[in-house]
Amino acid sequence: MIEQKHTIIEIEVADLLKKTEEYHKAGHRLVQIGTTPLGDRYEINYTFTTAWDFESLRITVHDGDELPSISGIYWGAFIYENEINDLFGIPVNGMNIDFKGHLIETRIPTPFKNPPKITKVPKGGDA
Amino acid sequence: MSNRIVVPFGPQHPVLPEPIHLDLVLEDERVVEAIPTIGYVHRGLEKLVEKRDYKDYVLIAERICGICSFTHSVTYCNAIEHIMGVEVPPRAQFIRTIWMEYSRMHSHLLWLGLAADAMGFENLFMNAWRLREEILDDMEATTGGRVIQGTCKVGGIRRDIGDDKLGEMVDHLKKIRPLLEESNRIFTHDQTVRHRMRGLSVLSEKDAWDLGAVGPVARGSGCDMDVRSSGYSAYGELGFKPVTFSHGDCLDRCLVRSEEVLASVDLVERAVAKMPDGPIEEKVTGNPEGECFAFSEQPRGECLHYVRANGKKNIVRHRVRTPTFTNVPPLVKLLEGIELADVPVVVLTIDPCIGCCDR
Repeated sequence: MIEQKHTIIEIEVADLLKKTEEYHKAGHRLVQIGTTPLGDRYEINYTFTTAWDFESLRITVHDGDELPSISGIYWGAFIYENEINDLFGIPVNGMNIDFKGHLIETRIPTPFKNPPKITKVPKGGDA
Repeated sequence: MSNRIVVPFGPQHPVLPEPIHLDLVLEDERVVEAIPTIGYVHRGLEKLVEKRDYKDYVLIAERICGICSFTHSVTYCNAIEHIMGVEVPPRAQFIRTIWMEYSRMHSHLLWLGLAADAMGFENLFMNAWRLREEILDDMEATTGGRVIQGTCKVGGIRRDIGDDKLGEMVDHLKKIRPLLEESNRIFTHDQTVRHRMRGLSVLSEKDAWDLGAVGPVARGSGCDMDVRSSGYSAYGELGFKPVTFSHGDCLDRCLVRSEEVLASVDLVERAVAKMPDGPIEEKVTGNPEGECFAFSEQPRGECLHYVRANGKKNIVRHRVRTPTFTNVPPLVKLLEGIELADVPVVVLTIDPCIGCCDR
């Protein structure tokens, strides 16, 4: 039986820093930042808690979008933000520690990135 | 002003069981900055979920780590069961809890041995690992595996533990308890250990909270945070209380683990005393649709499994936030200002599991 409560709040990217600041002022800790690739978009959850009631701010971004860094508010956020950059190829602006794609060394660059959308398969050849 | 030099530490280093690289910026012998690099064993296990049946994937989730393996499989199953509304039978919840506590004991004893070895205390190292073998023997006897059990499944567990065997396990724990207490006494009072660890790399309670530290790293700094307090699996019925210390130094991070071994013995004894009768699994049909964030307390700290499913047999997304990953920022802070010779001991005190971290 899972006893932890979890509330998901969808917000715009523009509101991310303001909302994160509110959580920080209220004494929440940053639990994680996690990305879900959904084919044509990415959902990113920023999870906070004070005890066992978790709240996640959810933003939706697309390939080519950039994210503001929350590492100015939560210093340790750099680890998650570099992960987003390295695995999903979503740039995060203003990280306090920017590994420039080298925190997680993978053989294939950005292996979790959404696959390119194929609109037309050329005749007699691979897409 | 002193000259600054950069000393590479790892990814292969005698004190590191797994590969993590640190660029240590030094002024004389003092660390002024530490820059970590991970990913040397990145396996992309989370990606495999897109190609495996969600029930088979339990075995892959278990292989994220070779130490907290069973807890990974339980946490993944908790997420799927929550999405599908599956009620796991109480007996299965209790046996899962017992195996999770055995995992914690063997993980902590492994770490205590490594810490003793890093300090050059060979006797203590061998003593901790000898005790770990006793724990692993019971794991093997009840699951068939020492570090990978394969006994957790969506809806319950694959193997029951008979009442006779449960009694034998408690008797065995009673027999080794004095040895565990003796080991604990050495870690608490021995001058060699205290001299090497007391006052080294202090992390205040506020910093631990702000930097997102979890597990023994946070509890060694006085943060009363342990997911078992939320009562998942059978913990709600066992009167669980977290072990905390307040100095926030290397010794307190060590003592949290040492005390938690004894606390785990108590939890197992209570779980056996309260063991309910009944089935060990609930039949699960269909595919999951929905999402869940499932948390658990692994030996190294709070772990999160996020599962998102769309009604098909393959899961859309399985994201695992392991305790070591979130303990990297506190590690960077812990290393600042210490002597180069102390780096191996300090790195060890976060109990880095890079296999988990890179999953």
